[in-house]
Amino acid sequence: MTDSRHVVILGSGPAGLTAAIYTARANLAPLVLEGEPSSSGDQPGGQLMLTTEIENYPGFVEGIQGPELMSNFRAQAARFGADLIQEKATRVDISQRPFRIWTGDPSAPEPSYVADALIVATGAQSLMLDLPSEHRLLGHGLSTCATCDGFFFKGQEIGVVGGGDSALEEAIFLTKFAEKVTVVVRRDELRASKIMQERAFKNERIEFLWHHVVMDLRGEARLEGIEVENVQSGAKAVLLVTGLFVAIGHRPNTDLFVDLLDMDEAGYLRTQPGRSITNVEGVFASGDAQDHVYRQAITAAGSGCMAAIDAERWLESVGAHHAPPT
Amino acid sequence: MGANTRTLTDSTFDEEVKSADGAVVVDFWAEWCGPCKLIAPVLDEIAEEHAGKVTIAKLDVDANPEIARRFDVMSIPTLIVFKDGEPQKRLVGAKGKGQLLEELADFL
Repeated sequence: MTDSRHVVILGSGPAGLTAAIYTARANLAPLVLEGEPSSSGDQPGGQLMLTTEIENYPGFVEGIQGPELMSNFRAQAARFGADLIQEKATRVDISQRPFRIWTGDPSAPEPSYVADALIVATGAQSLMLDLPSEHRLLGHGLSTCATCDGFFFKGQEIGVVGGGDSALEEAIFLTKFAEKVTVVVRRDELRASKIMQERAFKNERIEFLWHHVVMDLRGEARLEGIEVENVQSGAKAVLLVTGLFVAIGHRPNTDLFVDLLDMDEAGYLRTQPGRSITNVEGVFASGDAQDHVYRQAITAAGSGCMAAIDAERWLESVGAHHAPPT
Repeated sequence: MGANTRTLTDSTFDEEVKSADGAVVVDFWAEWCGPCKLIAPVLDEIAEEHAGKVTIAKLDVDANPEIARRFDVMSIPTLIVFKDGEPQKRLVGAKGKGQLLEELADFL
């Protein structure tokens, strides 16, 4: 049977759960489709579930662990009556209102849920290298989750690909276990924040391999090395590492909305400047699914709040706020 | 942890996995692993719903590194399905219930 709601929120990272707290406090009884477990950032709680210490989220003087922060967000949303379900939307129909949302079998005749307003907060997930060898070696030396798998590389030499905050956070974390961490960076500078750069440069177990990209992975049953190429000289080399962690950027989890919502070439949802309003009336977008500029926990939370307020005002304007859900 | 979910250690692993009737799904996990925690309740549900056919058994890799090393576990969560003590199938990474049931269908 189809379940009718005023507001359905897709995603349960900082954006989705902040939207849930605000819409719940507005008596809109939101339903949050949290997503399903995975070992990428596309999972209940979002990317922070794969991190360790969060030092820049205001209000936590000594910092807080990412998973703990998300567990607090969730408890706060539940406290005000948000309904949180560990399901992932597999299809949406936003061509008419109420919007229709499927979980499970996307070809089922009837949707699982219908909603007057929809808040998209599906976040982003890490990009992979897109190499054929990647599939074979995932879980056998190649990892998407440093906090999960760092432990297995005690005393070994490993690599991290990427030059942003995530790459350096992973590299620094991994030096707790690994003997040596080589960070492979395409350019000769890092995108990461100054504080992370300073920490990484000071760390004696971290080395940088500038101007290099990963061309292929070596090893059949387990990773034995990576083939790298100097982007300036074209010189090739092999780095003998037993572990590789990839942090080369993110892509938004917006596949569900291709051809349904306006998005840029990279798949980020387009909203009105400074608002959460998409090109479909009643659909609001927030967090990393929409923001390719800031991508912080605090900005995601802020934009989830904006989406909740935009949704509440819109529901009021169409007179759906006080009526039972359609 | 669910009533139908067992706990294994380095010293109990061999006996428990060999003596079990039906398939044993060993969940290699650790306290620090976020995705492991997400699938734990899902595995408890599967243990409950398929009691008698499949045993879900948890092995903490931090406290029991020997078995993790024996099966070359380098990423968690990893699920290895055993039958008559022999590994039959390996699943790496957290997955939702639907996908887990699909992957484990042959053993349920």
